[in-house]
Amino acid sequence: MGDGALGTVYANGAVIVREGEPGNCMYVVQAGKVEVVREDGGRERQLGVISEGSFFGEMALFETEMRSATVRALGDARVLMIDKRALLRRIKEDPLLALNLLKTLSARLREARRAQEEA
Amino acid sequence: MPLRKVRRGLSPVGNLAAAGTSAQPVLSLEDGARVAVIGGGPAGSFFAHFLLKMAAEVGLGLSVDIWEPRSFSRSGPGGCNHCGGIVSESLVQILATEGINLPLDVAQRGIESYVVHMDVDSVRIASPGGERRIAALYRGTGPRTGEATPWESFDGFLQRMAINDGARVVRSLVSGIEWRDGLPHLLQADGAASPYELVCIASGVNSNFVGLLAQAGIEIDPPETMRTYICEFRSDPETIQQVLGDSMHVFLLDIPRLEFAALIPKGEFVTMCLLGEDVDEKLVHEFLHSPEVKRCFPVDSTPCVCTCSPLINIRGPKRPFADRIVLIGDSGVTRLYKDGIGAALRTAKAAATTAVFQGIAAEDFGRHYAPTCEAIAADNAIGKFMFTVTHAFKYARFSRRAIARMSRNEQASPGSARRLSSVLWNMFTGSAPYREILKDTLHPAFLTGMTWNLVLGARPRRRGSKVV
Repeated sequence: MGDGALGTVYANGAVIVREGEPGNCMYVVQAGKVEVVREDGGRERQLGVISEGSFFGEMALFETEMRSATVRALGDARVLMIDKRALLRRIKEDPLLALNLLKTLSARLREARRAQEEA
Repeated sequence: MPLRKVRRGLSPVGNLAAAGTSAQPVLSLEDGARVAVIGGGPAGSFFAHFLLKMAAEVGLGLSVDIWEPRSFSRSGPGGCNHCGGIVSESLVQILATEGINLPLDVAQRGIESYVVHMDVDSVRIASPGGERRIAALYRGTGPRTGEATPWESFDGFLQRMAINDGARVVRSLVSGIEWRDGLPHLLQADGAASPYELVCIASGVNSNFVGLLAQAGIEIDPPETMRTYICEFRSDPETIQQVLGDSMHVFLLDIPRLEFAALIPKGEFVTMCLLGEDVDEKLVHEFLHSPEVKRCFPVDSTPCVCTCSPLINIRGPKRPFADRIVLIGDSGVTRLYKDGIGAALRTAKAAATTAVFQGIAAEDFGRHYAPTCEAIAADNAIGKFMFTVTHAFKYARFSRRAIARMSRNEQASPGSARRLSSVLWNMFTGSAPYREILKDTLHPAFLTGMTWNLVLGARPRRRGSKVV
């Protein structure tokens, strides 16, 4: 997984963000995969798997709600934390940076709608 | 619908200025336009990457040539861009958000803390987020060693990214620039001339290309520079890990003319960077043989395998652009002393955005690119003031004691505000604008804490030095 590499290495099953906890940063997967799960009627349901190069936890940048799902490592995963303050400072100077986030949000919205329709 | 303006014609610089206001032609990039990037370092590759990416999004086909005679796959000076090789915390995060993740073989080490060495003490300042978010890397594939290293070049990685986006690398030296039929032509030593609609200059300050612009009648002053000194020491990785760990070591020493000094561990190498006024052999010797350096690094038993004295940009031109010409990165405006690669990304993206969405006339760059340069220059003015204050603190023993005491106490108290640690971290890493650092130092709690520690620092102290 890279001793001394950028970010933090999480072992298989380690929780990176927990549903219901406050959050003020987002994360980018640098290596490996993470899974997104949510408690649903006492049972855990997998909402998706996020792989290298993709980010999660971005909702914390735009609202002050609690984390909407739990994210944990699926196998060893190396994850980089992105500070809200640093990112918003940069978006203020370069609004095009927010486009990358919007693209991901748009894709997730489409995916959620498809999953809802299939259910 | 694309936001680009429609070009009504071509016009040389002189004609454009004389064209009057009402019928002034608009210069913009049209489908099939040719763009030259002079210099294949980070600024040039970022520019090519963003230009091609944004052009593709608006359905604009561009032909981008990166003129770079060096190959970054070579070790030693031939493939090096002469730099300390630190990618700041904020830049690592921005790159990741842009979808640019540094591979393991490019980011040799993640830096997890800084150790500030002073004569009165050495204090370890941990990464605020508790994770490695600063990358130590090489611009080429490593220092001159005569053997292969397992690392990939950072500049080479970015250049490959630009090539994947569609840029073409021309391994040839540009010997000049000339205007013909209203277009800039790049000249080569054999007399060949290549016309371009737009020329982006990203050649840095260690080439004389910006100086050649005057010969083409382009009035852009070259940046003001300062000479630095970089030396690569080599030892076995275990020894380097044992003495320096995963920390960057910075030195606040009372040595005249020395502005900043750092030791950066990179596997089997240690990069030493010195910034100061007229860095010469005497200053290097004085630094290396200071007790603070000897305390943390065995200089005498570690051979120096590669040295250079590159220039850095300390003040950019007021107008780093003209019609069809834009200067970015170190050739234009960059951050003072820190985060030059971060400034390269900011100026490259701002210039590319202007070229794709607004136009390529001086007026377009003045309206849409200049604000980014002016923001960096204004922040540098604050940075200059901050470094002057740091100087004053560096030269008095009681103030050095105050810095050591306050930061040591903060580091020993997890969960505390750690105001001085945050200021030092941001000053050394370049992770925050100087404006924000100044704001942090004006907080009443910081001023009260610092005043109290200055009072205590004025009292004699009997403890020996140690890293906490």
